[in-house]
Amino acid sequence: MYDIKAYFEAGDAEEAVRLLCAHPDACIIAGGSDVLVQIRDGKRKNAELVSIRGIEALRGISRTPDGTLRIGALTSFARLGKDPVILECIPPLAEAACQVGSPQIRNIGTLGGNICNASPTADTPPTLLAWDAQLELFGPEGTHCIPLQDFYLGSKAVAKKPEELLTAVLISAGAYRGFAGKMVKYAAREALDTSIVNCSVSVCLSEDGERIEKARAAFGGALGPFPARASTAEATVTGQRLNGQLPALFAEAFLQDIHPRDGWRASRALREQIAGELAKRMFLESVKRAGGVIHE
Amino acid sequence: MAVGKSEKRVDAYDKVTGKAQYTDDLCDSGAYVARVLHAAVAHGKVLSIDTSEAEKVEGVVKILTCFDLKEKHYYATPGHPWVADTKFRDIEDRLILTDMVRFYGDDIGAVVAENALAAARALDLIKVRYEEYPFVMDVQEAMKDGAPQLHSRYPGNVLEHTEIRDGDYATAAAEPGLVKVEGWYETQTMQHCHIENFICFAEMREQRIRLVTSTQVPHVVRRVVAQALGLDCGQIRVIKPYVGGGFGNKQDILYEPLCAWLCLQCGGHAVRLDVPREETFYCNRVRHAFRMHLVSWMRPDGSFAARKLELWSDQGAYASHGHAVAGAAIPAFRQLYPCADMEIDAWTVFTNKTVAGAMRGYGIPQITWAMECHMDDIAAALGMEPLEVRRRSLMPVGYWDPVSRKALNDDSFKQCLDRAMEITDYVQKRREYRNQTGNLRRGIGAAVFWFDTGVAPVVLETSSCRMTLNQDGSLQLQLGETEIGQGADTVFCQMAADTVGVPFDRVHILSFQDTDVSPFGTGAYASRQTHAAGFSIRRTGLQLKALILDRAEKLIRIPASNLDVRNGKIVRISDGFEMMDLGALAKDVLYNRTDSDHLSAESTSLINTSPYTLGCTIAEVEVDIALCKIKVLNLVNCHDAGVLINPALAEAQVHGGMSMGLGYGLSEKLLFDPKTGRPLNNNLLDYKLLTCADHPELKAEFVQNPEPFSAFGEKGLGETPVCAVAPAIRSAVLCATGVGLNEIPMDPQNLYDSFVKAGLIPRREGSACTI
Ligand SMILES: Cc1cc2nc3c(=O)[nH]c(=O)nc-3n(C[C@H](O)[C@H](O)[C@H](O)COP(=O)(O)OP(=O)(O)OC[C@H]3O[C@@H](n4cnc5c(N)ncnc54)[C@H](O)[C@@H]3O)c2cc1C
Repeated sequence: MYDIKAYFEAGDAEEAVRLLCAHPDACIIAGGSDVLVQIRDGKRKNAELVSIRGIEALRGISRTPDGTLRIGALTSFARLGKDPVILECIPPLAEAACQVGSPQIRNIGTLGGNICNASPTADTPPTLLAWDAQLELFGPEGTHCIPLQDFYLGSKAVAKKPEELLTAVLISAGAYRGFAGKMVKYAAREALDTSIVNCSVSVCLSEDGERIEKARAAFGGALGPFPARASTAEATVTGQRLNGQLPALFAEAFLQDIHPRDGWRASRALREQIAGELAKRMFLESVKRAGGVIHE
Repeated sequence: MAVGKSEKRVDAYDKVTGKAQYTDDLCDSGAYVARVLHAAVAHGKVLSIDTSEAEKVEGVVKILTCFDLKEKHYYATPGHPWVADTKFRDIEDRLILTDMVRFYGDDIGAVVAENALAAARALDLIKVRYEEYPFVMDVQEAMKDGAPQLHSRYPGNVLEHTEIRDGDYATAAAEPGLVKVEGWYETQTMQHCHIENFICFAEMREQRIRLVTSTQVPHVVRRVVAQALGLDCGQIRVIKPYVGGGFGNKQDILYEPLCAWLCLQCGGHAVRLDVPREETFYCNRVRHAFRMHLVSWMRPDGSFAARKLELWSDQGAYASHGHAVAGAAIPAFRQLYPCADMEIDAWTVFTNKTVAGAMRGYGIPQITWAMECHMDDIAAALGMEPLEVRRRSLMPVGYWDPVSRKALNDDSFKQCLDRAMEITDYVQKRREYRNQTGNLRRGIGAAVFWFDTGVAPVVLETSSCRMTLNQDGSLQLQLGETEIGQGADTVFCQMAADTVGVPFDRVHILSFQDTDVSPFGTGAYASRQTHAAGFSIRRTGLQLKALILDRAEKLIRIPASNLDVRNGKIVRISDGFEMMDLGALAKDVLYNRTDSDHLSAESTSLINTSPYTLGCTIAEVEVDIALCKIKVLNLVNCHDAGVLINPALAEAQVHGGMSMGLGYGLSEKLLFDPKTGRPLNNNLLDYKLLTCADHPELKAEFVQNPEPFSAFGEKGLGETPVCAVAPAIRSAVLCATGVGLNEIPMDPQNLYDSFVKAGLIPRREGSACTI
């Protein structure tokens, strides 16, 4: 029982943009694993859909000569989870992809949809944020890039015009080389569940392995209106020598970055408890993966 | 012999290949679609329903409201046998549509449309005005003076109160030197979450209503639909195809009366009513939530001096199975740990919430939660090993229940506990897990369960069977007992095969119940299908066999008394020599020009016993304290279910029940907004039904003490697997952390609150969960 008024299929990105301009009420459908749920829930009445599923150019993962990783917007979670380039350069992104929904959802759902649906509980954005991802947008005026970090403007609001298409996610060599990290998804169930806490951390250690050169952290889940960087936590540890207090300080600062609320799904106190604990664990594990040693 | 073998399910191939037909598969695509208009207030009166905008939606056929229901025939919904005495009859408090709203979701109207989209659009456009009343969500609040009243016939909202005084509790409790142990234990509202939502369709054929429905109790549906519509039973034909699970929800009459009524209102056109999952959660039935207060007066040696139980059962807005569920919990309390001096009070109380009905376990998972948590609390108070306290007082061998007139013949508890303890290395692990520190801690715990198979002798227990000999010597088998996914058809075939003496694959069962064709049966509930059907299968099979042998006597001129049917052959008893193939006999019978006959038999068995079916669960867990998470590492159920007719199906049944027990213990809870009474998590994302990724390996173990009163030595197994899982996990968590939770589910929020209280996690401000 899907209230769909019109359905258009775009053969390429240009056609998709043309269709979107011609049908201002239309919305893009990629895998449909968010859109169809919204239609069934009655949240999109008389839906007009522009399908981009057939645009092969938007699918796949490649590395440009300068080392930039380019992930097509239509790339599925299943592909992300086992792609050798991703596993080599950004293992946490594969880990995040493998924790989405269920095998069926990982086959149908796309990275672009996960980002553009702008849900605070989307499972890949925190890790993309922790690896400084850029978004490549294509619209009537051509292509431009913006940092993912600037993409989320508010609850369900994104820095993208309705007639614009996300074509790819880009991660520059500088953003991943020398970095190691870890992500975690905490939910009530091991599959088919929304994150209560999603936390992703990446660190780059100094050459001697004694100092945090750079740290990036991000969160999603029921911790705020959209996935975001934990800048206080990042600043707290950046430049610091590795020591036993750092994980707790990091977690403490992380709690200042998040804004969980009391709700019937869980209390704010529980959300903070989990977020703080996981931030600490992710920081520790990231340092460990980067080859650092923290003595208690 | 087929009994005792893991024969393949007779429906396996059809179900795996998608050929098996369920209600929706049988419905013509031209059927109208019906959707129910549910009340959006928790308590009140419908003043008016404006359908004018909705009527304009293209494709809408008819919109009917509570004001269109001209004849008011009240009916009761539980799938119970009919009781002539009105005093003992189920409470008739439902109407097809009502203008008196008693819970958020009450049925006040319906849309019939040509397609689902039109129906949904129309529903959105209907405007309802209510006179709103205050409402009450808590059982004890509902019993207070001045509380909102749901039914004028039940002042104080008490549907029924049972008061039992065994011996002299007060005097027994005054014995010097006793230790008093007291606890409050709570279980939550949960929903069955069968895969196939409730669905039915109705159409007029040959001037009668033909109703196809996903039900556990087709013959009861026929009676209740007739009653609700003011018609005679014979005017209604009910067909039950394959069913995608019921777990008790479909042991209630759900929307069959409404669907049949809508069909009549639409001139007999086919009308299909398919309940969306979201509505299944709050507009079907749920498990009764219990609040229980237990007091035990213990002697220092671990024996009971006196026991007390106060129990409040949350009925929700209508009576449905009502006090029968609390009523089932009472014997469990009295008999599991017998004690001469006991005081029991149980109230079933109306609240403005989703109606509670039957659900797998029927009060026993709830009371088992309280009793088994309490046994661990007693052990802690006395400084004893939890299983030692239990073993001291468990229902002993030879225990005789005067009400059901049955005895415990075997030492089932000891055998089950011993087996489960050995498999899990329980004693060693309990020792190992003592005095742990640190964040990750492991624990192991156990709980036992008590259960009764079937409903005799309190309620009618009957089964009917029909068998026909086909011309190839195979059998047609029909029963009133229903296949609802549990594998009943397969064990019926096994029992029939052995009784008549034909190979298993020569028995063909008519799986669908059709009230025009099938023998009468009261349906699938109370873990009774295998047990009840066994009697009528044996009786009917023996009758058919006698007919076969009489015929054989005529054909081969050997007295029937010297012949037998074995493996599809007529054999001489003396030496087992094969005299004749059953197929040849059958052909002769049918086509004999001078003496043609049709060999068939049918019979009914009235059943007066209901065997105990007992056992235990042992759980091993790892608790991540800081993350408020329980990981179940190992879960073992050990059952004395008597003779296993089909060991593989028995194991599957236990696995399914353990899974349901895991959700009950760890994650499932239907929540209601205290401000509006609206359900909050009536979908499978927010209602945490566990996925397969959340399960440990489940182990099902059995000790097989044959039940002497049963046809094949069997005892019930449908509901027992769910009963003790939650308290076993609680016991393991207590072992790991020293914290005993008194409420389920033991989800992260519950663990957080409990760990903060116990000082295992530092307190943060605002720790209470608010809406
Ligand atoms: C059962 C189930 C389980 C799920 N579990 C999870 C989970 O565990 N974690 C999780 O994060 N998510 C989960 N989801 C949500 C969903 O699968 C993901 O968000 C997925 O990434 C959406 O991708 P899609 O291609 O299906 O998006 P669609 O539904 O096709 O689109 C989603 C939104 O993004 C827009 N959009 C899509 N592609 C583009 C593009 N290239 N350019 C511009 N806009 C675009 C659409 O217009 C729409 O607004 C689950 C969903 C279901 C149904």
